[in-house]
Amino acid sequence: MVPVLLAGCDGPLSTLTPAGPIAAEIAWLWWAMLAGAAAITLLVGVLILMGFGPPRERSARHWTHGWGLGFSLVVLSIVLAGGLWVGERTLPRADGAVEVRAHAYQWGWRFTQPGAGGAIVETEGTLYIPAGRPVNVIVTAEDVIHAFWVPQLAGKVDAIPGRENMLRLQADAPGIHAGLCAEFCGLGHAGMRFDVVAYAEGDLPDALMPSPNTPAAEEATDD
Amino acid sequence: MTDIPVASTGEAAREETLQIAPNPPRRALSLHRELHSVWSNDPGWRGQITAVNHTTLGLRFMCTALFFFAVGGILSMLIRAQLATPEGAFLDTELYNQIFTMHGSIMMFLFAIPMLEGLAIYMLPKLLGTRDMAFPRLTALGYWCYLFGGLILLFALLGGVAPRDGWFMYTPLSGATYSPGINADVWLLGVTFVEISALAAAVEITVTILRQRAPGMKLTEMPLFAWYILGTSAMMLVGFPPLILGSVLLEIERAFDWPFFDVARGGDPLLWQHLFWLFGHPEVYIIFLPAAGAISTIIPVMCRTTILGYGAIVAAVVALVFLSFGLWVHHMFTVGIPHMALAFFSAASVLVAVPTAVQVFAWIGTMWKGRPEMHLPMLHIMGFFLTFVMGGLTGVMLAIVPFNWQAHDTAFVTAHLHYVLIGGFVFPMMAAAAYWMPQITGRARISGLGEAAFWTILIGFHGTFFLMHLTGLMGMPRRIDVYPDNPEWIWLNLTSSVFGFVMTIGFALFALDLFLQARLGPKTERNPWRAPGLDWAMPLPAPSYNFASLPGPRQLAGGAAAMLSMARGEGLLPGASRGRRELLVTETGSARPEHVAILPGNSDLPLRLSASIGLFVLLMLAGLYWLTLPALALVAVLIWRWGRGMAWGADQPAVQVAPGLTLPTQVHRRDTLGRTGVICLLVANGTLFASLLFGVGFLSVVAPGWPAPAPTGPEGLGAGLIAGAVAGLIGGSIAVRLAERRQVNGQDVAGPVWKGLIGNGAALLCLAALALLVLDDPTRHARDALRGVMAGYVGLHALIVTVMTAFALDQNRRAEITAHRAGSLPAWRLWQDFSVVIALILGAVAIMQGAGG
Repeated sequence: MVPVLLAGCDGPLSTLTPAGPIAAEIAWLWWAMLAGAAAITLLVGVLILMGFGPPRERSARHWTHGWGLGFSLVVLSIVLAGGLWVGERTLPRADGAVEVRAHAYQWGWRFTQPGAGGAIVETEGTLYIPAGRPVNVIVTAEDVIHAFWVPQLAGKVDAIPGRENMLRLQADAPGIHAGLCAEFCGLGHAGMRFDVVAYAEGDLPDALMPSPNTPAAEEATDD
Repeated sequence: MTDIPVASTGEAAREETLQIAPNPPRRALSLHRELHSVWSNDPGWRGQITAVNHTTLGLRFMCTALFFFAVGGILSMLIRAQLATPEGAFLDTELYNQIFTMHGSIMMFLFAIPMLEGLAIYMLPKLLGTRDMAFPRLTALGYWCYLFGGLILLFALLGGVAPRDGWFMYTPLSGATYSPGINADVWLLGVTFVEISALAAAVEITVTILRQRAPGMKLTEMPLFAWYILGTSAMMLVGFPPLILGSVLLEIERAFDWPFFDVARGGDPLLWQHLFWLFGHPEVYIIFLPAAGAISTIIPVMCRTTILGYGAIVAAVVALVFLSFGLWVHHMFTVGIPHMALAFFSAASVLVAVPTAVQVFAWIGTMWKGRPEMHLPMLHIMGFFLTFVMGGLTGVMLAIVPFNWQAHDTAFVTAHLHYVLIGGFVFPMMAAAAYWMPQITGRARISGLGEAAFWTILIGFHGTFFLMHLTGLMGMPRRIDVYPDNPEWIWLNLTSSVFGFVMTIGFALFALDLFLQARLGPKTERNPWRAPGLDWAMPLPAPSYNFASLPGPRQLAGGAAAMLSMARGEGLLPGASRGRRELLVTETGSARPEHVAILPGNSDLPLRLSASIGLFVLLMLAGLYWLTLPALALVAVLIWRWGRGMAWGADQPAVQVAPGLTLPTQVHRRDTLGRTGVICLLVANGTLFASLLFGVGFLSVVAPGWPAPAPTGPEGLGAGLIAGAVAGLIGGSIAVRLAERRQVNGQDVAGPVWKGLIGNGAALLCLAALALLVLDDPTRHARDALRGVMAGYVGLHALIVTVMTAFALDQNRRAEITAHRAGSLPAWRLWQDFSVVIALILGAVAIMQGAGG
């Protein structure tokens, strides 16, 4: 069912075509909530239409306590529990995940990640992560508040001057995923894009190789 | 249509507890002439300047808000035009940023809030059975502050120097480094100027509801609309001060480089976010509650029945008021707050849906109970149900943290907030307009046009915003002007833009409908909806004084049917034979008549005061900081004159309200409307103070860049000066009590008042010495900047109570304080005690931080 629905929802930035377990969990959460919301909207609509019939006596408590308190509390508890469950599973934790850094500035991204032999490699505009492994991204900012977001891999987290925030990413398979700055940051906000390259373990991309002259993948930045 | 029975609960009990004989009937026309000559505005253009009448000003608020709605709507069309294509060359980025910032700011601060204030100011006295708001001059002051503040923002937009950092103004982007120029100052100063009107409205709405209900209209029996507005005004009293504090701090940082939000010097940009959303989330419910109040009023009338679940709805309103202050963090789920704290705020955010659900189901139950008739107001309520239920459900989704991490700052949120605000505010307001336009204009509408407007708006709205949820889920962030690399968003944006223009046409039709009804509509019958409320118990359009005689228990039992009895003067306090504006003040809970308030008449003082505040704002914008001092002095002089307008130089005889019921005037009462107003203002002030303490605590504990460098001021002197200031203020507090005791005994109060003046003056001197000799350069570190603000806040209060002491001294000299007239003493006492409390707490904080060194 879902692949059919997704036909119109494709795109490099779509949260509805997740490419990793974290984004996939959130996408399923969304579809579940959408189904529930559609059912509730329909239900309320029917109740309103039935109100146009002849006068019917129902006690006030039937409406305010039964529907207002009871029904809504049950629904909300289910949603909240689901949200907490997914939230706990998507949190970054210290479990030996790969650690990379994303530093935002007006208007671009500087990344540091482990390269060949564990050496730290700095890149502009492209973040390299191993596919199939959890990655903790430490997000910082140079000047104003930005936000780090790769919709197909995970949710977003703000990049705030003076703070370090952490976000967990994971890509299922090798490939390129688009990312962007989600927090309004001034004139260059719309162009503050970046790419996340997930590479197969053991197939390290050139940018992470210890070559002396090209540490950065410039072609990926655009502004 | 059949008449709707007036709510029957407690009617018998009311008759038992409150027996008031009717006044003898008089000729309605002569009563009208007598009242009209006293209550109407001045003739000609001068009448426009000096008007303080709530009907005039309520309408003026609403018309001005509609004008700004049109401006904000035009801006939204520019946004949609730009986004219709991926590389729109229609606006450049700088202009685009100004336009979306102004669209949000105008719709929030210059449309929604003033619109609900206008509705409350216009409707409340009519619904509660009184003749005006508690503080008519304050109503006018609020209007002028709103108008001038709005014009400053509007001219900035026309001049190309409008704010451009988003309506949320996040630091450090809005700080001096990244936003040079006056754009951000326009927002901070202009919006704060407008907020004076919000606070003024909140104070007088609260006092009017608590103290001016018709005798016998108990708090637990008043119209639901009044409960909703009471909830709104309470939230405004508590919700606006955090934003005002944040705006003042940010403006001080921009103007004088005090680093409240600068990480390098101990500040923290998240402090701004907390202060902003402490206001910003309650704001959503501030906007929703009055609209829900209109719905609770209109649905029973349209369904020919009474509201179902009055008590549950009141409980839901109260729950919303409290809950809405516990969930501001859900706007900050992505700033890196621990998951446990997020879970708490997520639960609170979800929980707030419960009281909303209680109301929705009570409204549906009311429809089941009655026989709904599909008149135009009901049509708009159907639009409300459809739109608001969907917006509420996406709101629950956004309260779920993991989903929020994906949807935050995307078009999904843009869609959600428009579903909530247009569904939860604009549709109900259109229902209210259709419902009350006959009351306001005395004319019936031209049939057909309103329905056409409704359908165009409904189709345009959902066409614009329904697909926008998907646009957001497909990754489109907010506040971007181009998207050349994302062809998959084109059809979504183009669809939104096309339907956006359809919606605009709908709103134009709606405006046309209002205009034609006001100008050309046929005269309406009295009470066309057969509604039970007092708002229909008057000639249409409403006369300046609302009721020729005020409703008592007898008239309340009759509801709208009591119209003739009141017009003939059979109610309470008929006419205006003493040639002054009088109304009844009642007890808060039981609504027993207490005294007669004499209101001020037409005055140009509100205009002059707001113009002088406007002068201060303009001088700040121009960077002429020293010249603001004379402007502030002018403000102080005018406030003094304002106070003089409330002084009475002679005793006023008691007034016969009804046969056998004679009440004193407020001149001889301590618990006046003014005193309740001061308490409300101090509640708001106390919230500002609490926000300041929150800021001190937040920066000390959470901000990076602490501990602060050691203070360098002279050892011991700081603590001594703080102790001196506190002692001086406590002296003032003792003095005002002594003065009150002497006043009651009929003795001269000059002695204690002089002592109070000395105490307060000494406190002022101590604080000045503290600032000059002890405090470190406030630009050094956020701690020093906060200490500067704390000293300034106490200093402002020391100045206020010093001036109030001088005012009392002046009143005493004029023999205005006698055994039976307390004059300004009760108000002074409240301010003095408040000042002592804040000075004690802030003094303790400063000493804990290390007072002198």
